[in-house]
Amino acid sequence: MFVIDARGLYFRDLNDKVRGALKKGETEITLKNVNGQYYIGDGLRDGSTIIIEGVPGNDLAAFMDGPTLIVKDNAQDNIGNTMNSGKVIIHGHAGDVLGYGMRGGKLHILGDVGYRVGIHMKGVKRQSPTIIAGGTAGNFFGEYLAGGTLILLGLKTKKGEPIVGDYLGTGMHGGEIYIRGEVEEKYCGKEVGVMEADEEDLKKLRKLLTEYCDDLGLDIDDIMKKKFKKLIPVSARPYGNLYAY
Amino acid sequence: MNHNYQKDIAGCGLTGLIHKKKKRVSGEAIVKSLCLMNDRGNGLGAGYAAYGIYPDFKDFYAIHIMYDDPSIRHTVEEFLKSNFHVEKTEEIPTSPVKHIAIAPLLVRYFATPLKERLVGGIEEEDFVVNTVMKINSEMEGVYIFSSGKNMGTFKGVGNPAEIAEFFRINEYEGYIWTAHTRFPTNTPGWWGGAHPFTLLDWSIVHNGEISSYGINKRYLEMYGYKLTLLTDTEVVTYLLDLLVRKHGLDVDVACKALTSPFWKDIDDMEKDEREAVTALRLTYGSALLNGPFSLLFGHSNGLVGINDRIKLRPLVAATKGDFVYMASEESAIRAICASPDRVWAPRAGEPVIVNLEV
Repeated sequence: MFVIDARGLYFRDLNDKVRGALKKGETEITLKNVNGQYYIGDGLRDGSTIIIEGVPGNDLAAFMDGPTLIVKDNAQDNIGNTMNSGKVIIHGHAGDVLGYGMRGGKLHILGDVGYRVGIHMKGVKRQSPTIIAGGTAGNFFGEYLAGGTLILLGLKTKKGEPIVGDYLGTGMHGGEIYIRGEVEEKYCGKEVGVMEADEEDLKKLRKLLTEYCDDLGLDIDDIMKKKFKKLIPVSARPYGNLYAY
Repeated sequence: MNHNYQKDIAGCGLTGLIHKKKKRVSGEAIVKSLCLMNDRGNGLGAGYAAYGIYPDFKDFYAIHIMYDDPSIRHTVEEFLKSNFHVEKTEEIPTSPVKHIAIAPLLVRYFATPLKERLVGGIEEEDFVVNTVMKINSEMEGVYIFSSGKNMGTFKGVGNPAEIAEFFRINEYEGYIWTAHTRFPTNTPGWWGGAHPFTLLDWSIVHNGEISSYGINKRYLEMYGYKLTLLTDTEVVTYLLDLLVRKHGLDVDVACKALTSPFWKDIDDMEKDEREAVTALRLTYGSALLNGPFSLLFGHSNGLVGINDRIKLRPLVAATKGDFVYMASEESAIRAICASPDRVWAPRAGEPVIVNLEV
């Protein structure tokens, strides 16, 4: 295992070192003392694993295509922008605008996530991204969602506390959102239909969540004890005729 | 001065800290925190505000003045002396910094209004506000950067490290600090346009843009405020002065006026709250702040952080013992507080209000 001490390193120098190590054939790199360095893992295309100790800066894993990033602490905003494949595991909370336009791969977050998570995420057939967060989410969860799967668990939410914010799935026109707990329809976008997760859904959830639990040391059976709501878009191509009159 | 500036991508970074029991800490910490977010600015403005830095002159208004044109200094000082007892005058200590080749003349005055000038029952603080407005709007080439008691603002054109070195920020000790690195987008990068924006003991640092500037400006002008600093953030400072000091609103109520709930959420409230919030929105419609922003404001009794109502700019808060930290990025907090007791992202429009306990 290759170790880079990131203390006080400028983001460009840190990311150069990471790329240099990968080029030399390293497949597992640990970054120690990271704090705020932007763009870690961006555009990397291979099967490497990068372990990040500390709080990585914004735009983690943007355009990433393959690697696994394991963040041992909290993370900030804009993770997984237009990510294509690979996985980001975060052992703390994460910020706003996660998975913007993400088109494949996985974000597994243990804690809370911020606003606009999964905004305009997309997926087609085999290429389907997943974001799973163990805590709560802010407003605009799944805004303009076009494909892929968002799962929100609310593991530490007490009775009566909201799991997710307002404007849930606003503008959603593809993909699916699963919320472990109750969803108030008045906080959902107009395009969203809310239903109970059925057998088929639960099978799918168990599969996705088993991997999530393995990554973060949680118990899958505990998580599956509670009911899930499923949200999908109920209008088909609502603006399909916008330019066709 | 040419204030024509082309629009560029937005950034800006802010950070602040408070010790609730008034333990004074050196500026070193806030500088370190701000420097971590150096890339959020572009070197066209940085600044610091600190409370508790002038204990020997704590009963005097600390008036920090920037002279673009030193030849006007004499006129300004004569004006000040005819209205204030000036206890002490000194140039603000600075150190030479390589990349700050040209700096305005910076002088501070510890002063208190002359009793005989407070005619017609005018409040002392109103007299100070009127003086600031008069100098900033009527005298060419001179701007008052700050005018509060036992606090001061230090700002200019440069990056966070340069401005800190220039003003020798490490040599001050305060119990509330705010700081800002600027990436000017809609308005010019000049010394007066750097944050914090200060009036009396209000100081504001801000990331984003106040799209309601025009409405807010016209509203404030009706109450005699003059907006001279060519930047949207200025309105927030004066709105707080108006709502809290003049109209006597509590800080949390003032925040509800500035970032009031949406009508659909007001409709959902219980009757009493609905009526109160409706009245507040109707009364202070012109004080509503629109557009993307996160901002911190310091005052003599505390520190407040707040976001716009749909959270279009970042803000993270943390606590450690009697310290509370707020910043644009968590890493800026962790740079000076490695393991906080609690870290969280405040919700849109919901202020984090921290008051001094002593």
